[in-house]
Amino acid sequence: MLVSLNWLKQYVNIDSLSPEDLAEKITRSGIEVDAVIDRSQGMTNVVVGYVVSKEKHPDADKLNVCQVEVGEGDVRQIICGAPNVEAGQKVIVALPGARLPGGVKIKKAKMRGVESNGMICSLQELGVEGRTVPKAYADGIYVLPEDAVPGSNALELVGLSDIVLELGLTPNRSDALSMLGVAYEVAAILSEEVKLPEINYATASESAENFIKVSTEAPELNPLYAAKVIKNVKIAESPLWLQHYLMAAGIRPHNNVVDITNYILMEYGQPLHAFDYDALKTNEIVVRLAKDGEKIVTLDDQERTLQAHNLVITNGIEPVAVAGVMGGANSEVTSDTTTVVIEAAYFDGFTVRRTSKELGLRSDSSARFEKGVDPNRVLVAAERAAQLLSELAGGEVLQGTVLVDQLDKTPTRVVVSPDFINARLGMKISLEDMLSILHRLQFDVEAANGLLIIDAPTRRQDIKIEEDIVEEIARLYGYDEIPMTLPEGAVTIGGLTSYQEKRRVVRNVMEGAGLLQAVTYSLTSAELAQKFALKVEETTKLLMPMSEERTTLRQSLIPHLIEAASYNVARKADSVSLYEVGSVFLGQTEEELPYEEEHLAIVLTGKWVDNQWQGEKRSVDFFVAKGIIEALFDKLGLTERVTYEKGSVDGLHPGQTANVLLDGHKIGIIGGLHPAERKKLDLKETFVAELNLYAILNAVTDALVYTPVPRFPEISRDIALELDRLKPAGEIESIIRGAGTKLLKDVKVFDVYEGEKMEAGKKSVAFSLTYFDPERTLTDEEVTNAHNKVLKALAEAGAEVR
Amino acid sequence: MEQQLKQLELEALAKIEAASNLKELNEVRVAYLGKKGPITDLLKGMGKLSPEERPKMGALVNTVREHVTEKLETKVAHLEEQAVLEQLEKEAIDVTLPGRPVRVGNRHPLTRVVEEIEDLFLSMGYEIAEGPEVEKDYYNFEALNLPKGHPARDMQDTFYITEETLLRTHTSPVQARTMIEKKGEPFRIICPGKVFRRDNDDATHSHQFMQVEGLVVGENIRMSDLKGTLDIIAKKMFGADREIRLRPSFFPFTEPSVEMDISCFKCGGSGCNVCKHTGWIEILGAGMVHPNVLEMGGYDPKKYSGFAFGIGAERIAMLKYGVEDIRHFYTNDTRFISQFQRTEG
Ligand SMILES: [Zn+2]
Repeated sequence: MLVSLNWLKQYVNIDSLSPEDLAEKITRSGIEVDAVIDRSQGMTNVVVGYVVSKEKHPDADKLNVCQVEVGEGDVRQIICGAPNVEAGQKVIVALPGARLPGGVKIKKAKMRGVESNGMICSLQELGVEGRTVPKAYADGIYVLPEDAVPGSNALELVGLSDIVLELGLTPNRSDALSMLGVAYEVAAILSEEVKLPEINYATASESAENFIKVSTEAPELNPLYAAKVIKNVKIAESPLWLQHYLMAAGIRPHNNVVDITNYILMEYGQPLHAFDYDALKTNEIVVRLAKDGEKIVTLDDQERTLQAHNLVITNGIEPVAVAGVMGGANSEVTSDTTTVVIEAAYFDGFTVRRTSKELGLRSDSSARFEKGVDPNRVLVAAERAAQLLSELAGGEVLQGTVLVDQLDKTPTRVVVSPDFINARLGMKISLEDMLSILHRLQFDVEAANGLLIIDAPTRRQDIKIEEDIVEEIARLYGYDEIPMTLPEGAVTIGGLTSYQEKRRVVRNVMEGAGLLQAVTYSLTSAELAQKFALKVEETTKLLMPMSEERTTLRQSLIPHLIEAASYNVARKADSVSLYEVGSVFLGQTEEELPYEEEHLAIVLTGKWVDNQWQGEKRSVDFFVAKGIIEALFDKLGLTERVTYEKGSVDGLHPGQTANVLLDGHKIGIIGGLHPAERKKLDLKETFVAELNLYAILNAVTDALVYTPVPRFPEISRDIALELDRLKPAGEIESIIRGAGTKLLKDVKVFDVYEGEKMEAGKKSVAFSLTYFDPERTLTDEEVTNAHNKVLKALAEAGAEVR
Repeated sequence: MEQQLKQLELEALAKIEAASNLKELNEVRVAYLGKKGPITDLLKGMGKLSPEERPKMGALVNTVREHVTEKLETKVAHLEEQAVLEQLEKEAIDVTLPGRPVRVGNRHPLTRVVEEIEDLFLSMGYEIAEGPEVEKDYYNFEALNLPKGHPARDMQDTFYITEETLLRTHTSPVQARTMIEKKGEPFRIICPGKVFRRDNDDATHSHQFMQVEGLVVGENIRMSDLKGTLDIIAKKMFGADREIRLRPSFFPFTEPSVEMDISCFKCGGSGCNVCKHTGWIEILGAGMVHPNVLEMGGYDPKKYSGFAFGIGAERIAMLKYGVEDIRHFYTNDTRFISQFQRTEG
């Protein structure tokens, strides 16, 4: 909402403070002022000029040499390129020394050899937005009325000696979508009175109801429809003041009839529509729901197809306007119009909003109907229109208003106790102060039995409940006056949940291992959504995606982490190690929401060890990735419940992929990126892992219990086995652990050898076995017996001890 | 014989002096003091002496032995000291060369901001509540006093999945869910999480971002409690000398609603680029929980009241660390993330 202060001054006295201070006060007490715009933009030396004569420039077809009077006896030669400049016009002249918006400085100059002492200006050159300039002057200079005095300040004449406040309105304050609404707000802030426009006009002898009938077939959606008929209207340009107010409000002037409806729209916040009476043809207005597929050509010359829930104004036969949204071309006011029907109506906000969205037509009108106009201003606005059409367009207003009216115009009553207000605020505002604020707001208030009985004016549709009064009192009393306290009452025991604590541990382990935390998008492309997924389930897709890259919710974190790795490698990073904790989205649950499962994923690429001057360099490999995952399981106390088996995942290296199992259930993968994938992304050795964090963290349920530090020695024995090259050592370890001796405390692989000394396709794997009894020192014989059990189990399994 | 002894002593002492390492010294020791050495031989030959001469010679032999031994020990000590010095010299390094790199990872700056806020409120007895990123329209809007068709829904353009499900546009649905879960008991929660809006990604907009909301519901929760709590946030996140101010605003789920500004941490209020020359920076939105929201959550608004606030983690991080482009948080450039490992004073 753009608020011209010149215009606002018509309704409320704001002379006591500067525009900046006014803006600050408005902002602090309720409505944010986004900008204070000086329409003059610091321009000087811009005066009225009279074009005495115009001649063609001798050397340039498109230029004219004008003699322009810019003060008594002060005639200057000015070259002008505008197509519409003519002798006899009053124009706007920027004299040498003038500064115009955009840093333009006017100097004496020669144009193609002819001297020019200034510039004849268009409104755009004075910083007026092109879309608000009247069409007649949109492509040329602006022409002033004949009575303009040469040499006088032109900025004042075109309304540019004005300050405009740009309000950032929240949806609840639709009351401030009008100059009067803003005036009431400012008056409340400054403790001033509001001066309402005085409405009086002479009426013709004829009665409007003899000209037109009004009915509505949808009274719920259109509880009030009023029509006024004005005859003998002379379509012309509006007076300058009116045009300039509209331009300051961001609206382009058209002609007096259209401008008057727009002026009242801005003044009262009540949208009006003007029909050409003769073009209506039927002497009748019927408001009804559209028929499915019914068509109307709107004012913008577009044919619109309507649906059965759209509300239309018809002449009893065909639509002549889309209610509250836009008029029809068939009943448009033109330069030939003589009799005008002014519509002032109340349309259901939801219906208008839906229709304007469907038609892609958001207008100043629809914006106001959507939020609900003031029921008590509809008829006032109609009268104001009649007055201005009579004053400014020479119209004769017919007697009476033709209307259907079932609109409830009673104000909302709110009953609230001062104690409640103070209790909510944590303050001690006196009853007198509360009453004073409510009076400033022009709320009808009565204090009785310790209660405030308040009838809020209907323009304030946002005032409905006690809390709304709390806000009104507080904002005008001043939020700075609210003290600072902390909640009282029973202290709650806060803290992280066990899961949240463990998730923080996961982050610490990953960061301790040297990984940076990444955060990537949950939305991805359909192609990547299921890639590398631990579980492939039905995907969750957006109804209306904004781009193909973000259509579907991810089922794996790996694709975006690989993208991040690739992004960094492309920027010359020779080592990237990232982790992410985030949700994946699986199928649909009973609640119709996908099942969200929190996962942990890592990506490692490039160098792992890079100790340059000591010459130690090592790339990441599978076991670096696995080591990090093992460290996590150690930290969570899950190591003994986790096993690894050879796995297979599309996009990962078939020989370097492991499934991670917790209590025998697959909860993750570790693997090298497939060479073909790496090539596509220009990545060197790259390893990834993804774990189901929910499953893992929820598996940690046991308390930490101390095991006594061993008092008796451990005894180790080694076993070396010859195995097929691809035989998993893990399987052998399981055999050893399963051999049935309680004394075996630990098994570790300490050497793996494949090479010359081995038969082709074979490898040697050496295990170190630790025997231990917490109660006593083991004898050699006991260890040998236990070890023999292991050897026997291995022999039974066919493993060849070297 | 005495002559011989003197001669031996001189010889031995000279050889000890000449020895350059422990091995040579040991040879000298064996040669002169050993069982087969000349001094032992001399001692063996003492039997031939007269009884008067024996003690005299015995004393003399012992003196010689002591001299030689003493000299040996001194020389050993000296050589050992030499050896240590040599070893130390050999082992000397250039201490200005860089150390062996230790990989140090760190949290993402958004997590850093979120955890800082979480920890602040954990210390004040709050719990951390979380919820799904894909939500029902009911929890995201309707339970928050935003029925279908409400004009304020335009404030948050939404990614819909179906007519009834969507990507949450704020973490407030977690508040709605928590109220139902707490069944009328007073509570204090912080809700951090990812949220989504239909925005094209640019320097100041992101279709996904991180929000931290807070909600307190209890008997007699006052707006002054909200203001005091917001003041703590401002001071914790932006410095102890920050001041706050509240401005009226509008959110459908709170009444009254406010926006909080903090005094500019860069210029202290005199005006600069960070505060757009106003001296104040808009930080967050907040308000007293709307009675409709309490009621839908199962709380009697006559008896209970509450306050809520919502913070954008990106906005805080951008202001606090001077990050100029919101997209940095999601490109995961390691040169960006790794800057956030250091601690702050
Ligand atoms: Zn500043």
